[in-house]
Amino acid sequence: MIEFEGVTKRYSSASGAAVDDFSLVVPRGTTTVLVGSSGCGKTTLLRMVNRMVDPTRGRVLLDGEDVAGRDPVALRRSVGYVMQNSGLLPHRTAAQNVAVVPRLAGRDRAAARSRSLELLELVGLDPELADRYPAQLSGGQQQRVGVARGLAAEGDVLLMDEPFGAVDPVVRGELQHELLRIQRELSRTILFITHDVEEAFLLGEEVVILSRGGHVEQRGTPADVLAAPANEFVAAFVGAHRRDRRLRVDERDGVRLVVDGRDRPLGVLTDEAP
Amino acid sequence: MNLFADALAWLTDPANWTGPFGIPTLTLAHLTYTLLALVLACAVAAPAGWAIGHTGHGRSFAVALAGAARALPSLGLLAFLVLVLGVGLKEVATVVVLVLLAIPPILAGAYAGIDAIPRGTLDSARGVGMTGWQRLWRVEVPLGLPLLLGGVRGASLQVVSTVMIAAFIGLPNLGTYLIAGQRLGDYARMLAGAILVAALALVLDGVLAVAQRLAVPRGVRMATAAVPA
Ligand SMILES: Nc1ncnc2c1ncn2[C@@H]1O[C@H](COP(=O)(O)OP(=O)(O)OP(=O)(O)O)[C@@H](O)[C@H]1O
Ligand SMILES: [Mg+2]
Repeated sequence: MIEFEGVTKRYSSASGAAVDDFSLVVPRGTTTVLVGSSGCGKTTLLRMVNRMVDPTRGRVLLDGEDVAGRDPVALRRSVGYVMQNSGLLPHRTAAQNVAVVPRLAGRDRAAARSRSLELLELVGLDPELADRYPAQLSGGQQQRVGVARGLAAEGDVLLMDEPFGAVDPVVRGELQHELLRIQRELSRTILFITHDVEEAFLLGEEVVILSRGGHVEQRGTPADVLAAPANEFVAAFVGAHRRDRRLRVDERDGVRLVVDGRDRPLGVLTDEAP
Repeated sequence: MNLFADALAWLTDPANWTGPFGIPTLTLAHLTYTLLALVLACAVAAPAGWAIGHTGHGRSFAVALAGAARALPSLGLLAFLVLVLGVGLKEVATVVVLVLLAIPPILAGAYAGIDAIPRGTLDSARGVGMTGWQRLWRVEVPLGLPLLLGGVRGASLQVVSTVMIAAFIGLPNLGTYLIAGQRLGDYARMLAGAILVAALALVLDGVLAVAQRLAVPRGVRMATAAVPA
């Protein structure tokens, strides 16, 4: 469980707060997505969990324990962290990049290697690619390695900072579904960042919509947010007024078609449960 | 043209290849001073440069130091040190001058090597829980090594040519041919000495260039190979 308690961060006394009095609870084994536009403080919030950034005021608790009291190095070893643009070490192969984490946790080389290969398989990386260097992998493959490295941490918390932001939409879709599958298998406590609302709605059991300064505009399940946007900001952000979000049923020849605001047919309405 | 032929004749004369002032002996002496100075300078400047690159502190100090060192007249400093330390320690004085000369480029290479590493790479090393020392030895030093060796290359060129000044205070090296040649009006010998120094500099630079190429980690070489220049 991750808890933010009235967290504020000022990078310098002159500038405004990057994050101002933010509170949130991420229950164990669930995925919470922070979504907001560039510069609203998402990365700052995420990095306070593993003490890459220390809050100016307030506390961050992991399973009830204030992280400020933990040794930053030990804390980071136990918390999975997937960075934007993968952040792989260029002079290490895919397998070595993942093995870094168990090695730092004190595993011997052989154990770290087998753990690394296991995780690379879990994230769907072709085993033939395990001994390639990051420069020899596509962006999507690098992100898979990044996710495997995040999963290699032994703690249950996984921080993901726009992990799929830099890959094309098709690969992004694949990676998102891989993540859902992995999460069904592992039930980690995931704090996920994105500025893509579709991604937030797909992955998050709870989504938190942020505006500048880490200000919470609304939090809730994707359905809650879409059904009842708290204010104009949220409505605009999630595109509640967008024509492709306004769906209606159109009966043709006894078949109930679902069409969007541009009359594009999206599917057929049925009474069968999935 | 004639002078060149004379220098070549001098270089190929077997008589110049033996004895205490023969080409092998003086080349070896020249090389010994050069390598000793480079090794000592690396021992001082590489850790200092790494400290600057790792912590991000002290860069302005390093730049000021490099400027000051460049302004230092080597021969004047050597004469001064011999006077201070005494003639018995002129070898030491020579090495000190050479080391001071070699430090700035090596220092700059060491911290530039770390500065050039992408922020995201260092950030991820921190994010997976490496300690400061682990980041230094496993990420910063290996990725910064090619630029450090570039600094050593620059230093070696300067040191090889500056070793010659030790001949003025009676320490035999390839510079001895220039001084003796000038005294005797033997221009062929002077030119031969200059050629030998240049050849030594080129050989050293070649060796260091190869080392620099080998120091680029495989994964990084692939990254640069993938991008057409
Ligand atoms: N190390 C830092 N020093 C000073 N200011 C910073 C630093 N990191 C972030 N900021 C500032 O804090 C604010 C929030 O930054 P943050 O990186 O948390 O935003 P973000 O929501 O992750 O944005 P993006 O979607 O572009 O990644 C920004 O105004 C940014 O300029
Ligand atoms: Mg960010």
